[in-house]
Amino acid sequence: MLAVVRTLVRRDLLLAMRRRSDAATALLFFVIVASLFPLGVGAEPNQLRAIGPGVIWVAALLSTMLSLGRLFAADYADGTLEQLALGAAPLGVIVAAKALAHWLVSGLPLVVIAPLIALQYDLERPLYGVLVLSLFLGTPVLSLIGAIGAALTLGLRGGGVLLSLLVLPLYVPVLILGAGSVAMAAAGLAPSGQLLLLGALLVVSAAFAPWAVAVAVRIGVE
Amino acid sequence: MLEAAGLDCERSGRTLFRDLSFGVAPGALVRIAGPNGSGKTSLLRILCGLLAPTQGEVRWRGTPIRRLAEEYSRELVYLGHASALKDDLTPYENLDIGCRLAGLQAPREALAEALSGFAVPDLPVRKLSQGQRRRAALARLLLSERVPLWLLDEPFAALDAAAASHTEQVIGRHLKAGGSVVYTTHQPAALDSSARVIELAVN
Repeated sequence: MLAVVRTLVRRDLLLAMRRRSDAATALLFFVIVASLFPLGVGAEPNQLRAIGPGVIWVAALLSTMLSLGRLFAADYADGTLEQLALGAAPLGVIVAAKALAHWLVSGLPLVVIAPLIALQYDLERPLYGVLVLSLFLGTPVLSLIGAIGAALTLGLRGGGVLLSLLVLPLYVPVLILGAGSVAMAAAGLAPSGQLLLLGALLVVSAAFAPWAVAVAVRIGVE
Repeated sequence: MLEAAGLDCERSGRTLFRDLSFGVAPGALVRIAGPNGSGKTSLLRILCGLLAPTQGEVRWRGTPIRRLAEEYSRELVYLGHASALKDDLTPYENLDIGCRLAGLQAPREALAEALSGFAVPDLPVRKLSQGQRRRAALARLLLSERVPLWLLDEPFAALDAAAASHTEQVIGRHLKAGGSVVYTTHQPAALDSSARVIELAVN
């Protein structure tokens, strides 16, 4: 079973390598959206410091949305998803591997590049760690919950817009906790409460989302 | 070995077939025949468990396949209309990954041999023709000799005469070794004479 997970993650990373532009688009989108705000709002440092965490988190949500459409669509179109549904491992394990690969390709780069974006908002040094940690805990939740939406909208016309409508409301708790943890630290309080809740969200979604995705994929493949 | 009991299939409000029952013994070849839209592909998908029948059930060695789940999936190969190949990978990478995901052990040489058996060039799948893609997908069969049940949807579509006869040989060998094959086809093939036919009609 672990061999199947390893093979699938490796395959999705290989495909992402062969098609680098797809992953790069989502990352550039994140960088550009997060960079537009200082230009639009003005260079008042206090204001930027106040909106920084929220803007970075919203940009991360939107950038994740951008890559979700591809999570199952390509496999669905070329028949690979049928073969995965007939694979040697339970479908829940397979979709969990796909969500992991999605996070490695589109979530992890956001975590890595976020400190650079935070520079533009003049965040204080100690906040960088909190921001990175909150994104590190929160972006996998975005991939997992997003996978449910991506599986439910398989093969639908106009699935992209429907996907955003389905998934974005579900992202609200992650956004509140993620941006809240950085704001908390900025106010000089301990952000551990929000971070622990984010960690709890991650555990719960890692445990339950794959089974919901598996059911949705089965319906989609039918 | 494989047993279909009282299958009904309804797709988007249209009844495709009703109360269809048959068995597939080890070493048996079964051809599903019928005009376009009569439900051949739906029947194959029901047999492999991708599609749930409206009524009835499919049993594998006496147990309903719903209950067996992956245990049943490991006993079958399904080749559908779509080739299930990734455009950005080479046929070798596709075959290697496909076998691993299906839980088959396939050493490097066996993979290369299977692809050369079907004369598949070593190019990204994006650059292959329809027939070459089909052959790359069929190469999986050469590595699945120990998998007892083959379900093939139009295995001969887009193939030239040489590749079609090679496919027939591969199927013939599998039958001789005690495997079962259920397939659909529109092209007349030499195999057809030895196949039991299940005729579907358009309702």
